[in-house]
Amino acid sequence: MSKRITINPITRLEGHGKIEIFLDDKGNVEDAYWQVVELRGFEVFCLGRPVEELPRIMPNICGVCPTPHNMASVKALDDLYGVEPTPTAKLIRQLHYNAFIIEDHLLHFYILSSPDFVLGPTSDPAQRNILGVVQKVGLEIGGKVIEARKRCREIIRHIASKPAHPEGGLPGGVSTRITEEDRKWIRETADFCVEFCQFSLEFFKQVVLDNKEYLDIVLSDAYKLNTYYMGLVDENNRLNFYEGKCRVVNPKGEEYALFDYHDYVDHIGEWVEPWTYVKLTYLRKIGWRGLNEGEATSLYRVGPLARLNVADSMLTPLAQREYETMFDILGGKPSHHTLAYHWARLIEAFQAAEHMQRIANDPLLTSKDIRNMDLKLDKVGIGCVEAARGTLIHHYEADAEGKATKVNLIVATQHNAAPICLSVKKAAREFVKGPQVKEGFLNMVEMAFRAYDPCLACATHALPGQMPLTVNIRDHRGDLIRTLQRL
Amino acid sequence: MAKPKIAICWLGSCGGCDEAVVDMNEVLLRVAAAVDIILWPVAMDFKYDSLKGMKNGEIALSLVNGHVRNSEQEEIAKLLREKSQLILAFGSCACLGGTPGLANLTTKEDIFSWVYRDAPTVVNPNGNYPQTTSNVNGKVLTLPEFYDRVYALNDVIDVDYYLPGCPPPPYSVMYAVSAVLEDKLPPKGSILAPHRALCDSCKRNQSKPDKISIKEIRRIHEVEADPDTCFLAQGIICLGPATRDGCGEVCMSINMPCRGCFGPVEGVEDSGAKFISAMASILDAESDEEVATVVNQFVDPVGYLYRFSVPASMLQKKRVEK
Repeated sequence: MSKRITINPITRLEGHGKIEIFLDDKGNVEDAYWQVVELRGFEVFCLGRPVEELPRIMPNICGVCPTPHNMASVKALDDLYGVEPTPTAKLIRQLHYNAFIIEDHLLHFYILSSPDFVLGPTSDPAQRNILGVVQKVGLEIGGKVIEARKRCREIIRHIASKPAHPEGGLPGGVSTRITEEDRKWIRETADFCVEFCQFSLEFFKQVVLDNKEYLDIVLSDAYKLNTYYMGLVDENNRLNFYEGKCRVVNPKGEEYALFDYHDYVDHIGEWVEPWTYVKLTYLRKIGWRGLNEGEATSLYRVGPLARLNVADSMLTPLAQREYETMFDILGGKPSHHTLAYHWARLIEAFQAAEHMQRIANDPLLTSKDIRNMDLKLDKVGIGCVEAARGTLIHHYEADAEGKATKVNLIVATQHNAAPICLSVKKAAREFVKGPQVKEGFLNMVEMAFRAYDPCLACATHALPGQMPLTVNIRDHRGDLIRTLQRL
Repeated sequence: MAKPKIAICWLGSCGGCDEAVVDMNEVLLRVAAAVDIILWPVAMDFKYDSLKGMKNGEIALSLVNGHVRNSEQEEIAKLLREKSQLILAFGSCACLGGTPGLANLTTKEDIFSWVYRDAPTVVNPNGNYPQTTSNVNGKVLTLPEFYDRVYALNDVIDVDYYLPGCPPPPYSVMYAVSAVLEDKLPPKGSILAPHRALCDSCKRNQSKPDKISIKEIRRIHEVEADPDTCFLAQGIICLGPATRDGCGEVCMSINMPCRGCFGPVEGVEDSGAKFISAMASILDAESDEEVATVVNQFVDPVGYLYRFSVPASMLQKKRVEK
């Protein structure tokens, strides 16, 4: 009898990974591991590069969420050069950023995750994808998804070049301005997006919330995880993607920490396990408590549901109404229901669209004052944004020539990596009974990570290279008696 | 008649080339109706087992993006080669190694020590490192083996066509796909992009003086570059003269200079060497002192010249003396 089930590769996410499920003699799940199998080494091969080139290199960490890397990088340069972007440059950056949040969140919802709901979690895998969704919901809706993504990416292209690899961004500013002609179509895109985000929330309601079977799944224990939550908030504790202070709330929703992201090293630890390339972050002051949830945990989550849990409110009015509705239906705040990430994601896209409308109507948007040239090179620069998938930190140190001497990146999906391992294990325990498990149930295990919208190329920007060996010798009780290492 | 089978697969990739396929927008729906996509991990649930079960040559075309730097990526590349009639190296990583190819200038030990030991946020009291095989609570878990360098796709398998760009622009993707579907392909081994250099179609070319002569190299953040004048004429490093055309000057249009993602022009093996000679011819420096000054302003030669192409270039990889 097969005691091991492998899902390889995991699909409908960004990146390379697999899931290994181990069964006991009764066919119940004894253990399950979500493993990330890729890495590349950005923190090291960026050393020696002129820092102003980093906003152009870092987007290659991830072609699905390149804009956050570009933006965190540019903000690290602002910090390194002791310079504030001009008001117009800041508006242009936020316009770029909001356009990205909308198109990336919509891509994830419609293309990566909606198949599980529109077609059903256990539907035929050959149809369970965006093509199957378009066939079911029709070309009109399919066309609007394509249109919203296309229009937002047109804004990104206009400001920062290739949407999958933005090359714009300079310390203290942006490289190109917006004209009054541009404002017209940008405003149209913003209006289109507000309307489409409204539609998407209605779509989510009809397809998921109004379907009792799905609502039960969303609220079930199988997809629930009690952790802390982290996200950036502004001075009024409102959700902000572009800037703010880092706030952490405990599983009860009480504020645990509010810190300047320059102090991130004091608060965030990266833990290493030999069975995965991704480093697992945790709350450093509590200390590593293993892969556990609940009161004793030191794990926290980031991304849409986490941000809504952390913030006291959204930045914009229509999104705020949706935020209140969501927590009403989920039974209060904070919500630990992992599948609610999909819902929170659409509410965030809505905020980004409303914010984009504000920017599109701001008189300062089209000013020619796009560069603050008062650069004073310092030694350290740290930039932080809320990437679509969670808190993102770029930390650079430079020499007198402005070449990188040290680079440390804490990337969104790392914060979710340990929680994802737990979510996958829980879902495996619930849905996998016996070695002859139907494909649909394996997909329900995959749904446990899919809600996080993981980005594994991001999470494993680094590379271990040589494989050193650690041998743990345990006695018959399983107690460790000796460790041998070859480094 | 059965629809041709297509695979879209990522190796050492960032996902940007898959986004580039989605950037075909409505055309993607038309293409998807004309073909049978049998593997696309970012968007579809087909697993590697279904690929293993196919007959050799059953797949008409595989679009393969990403470089190769671990054993699983090599295995999948070889599997796709076996099962496919045509392999298209899609994007700069597959064609040239890509930006992560810069890791070929470092060593495994350097990278490894930073990531799992020295980074300020790492807490690793047990000295754990990812292992190809590890035993966890009695369970054996495996990870792919990491190679000591990045490879371009054609280092590992025979490649039929190349589509450069980071990522390839939408019209370029559409051209490549339709050329295959309509059986209108150029000779095997062709790079599906224009043969000449970027300068040829760049709008700023007209502003280029007959003789460019620069006394000083300026870095892009130090100046407010003129959006209509040739970057090189402004003393700003731009890889245009040594880079293949076809990208639509998308970086130029936001007033940023070219960094060479389309790779060398037709007939040139190593774009870095080509650019050095182009650069040398435009520098206005007479005395040894003047030469030294301006050469030192070229602060990161390998990063400028080979950002996307270290693995495919003459450089290949850092040699470690034992």
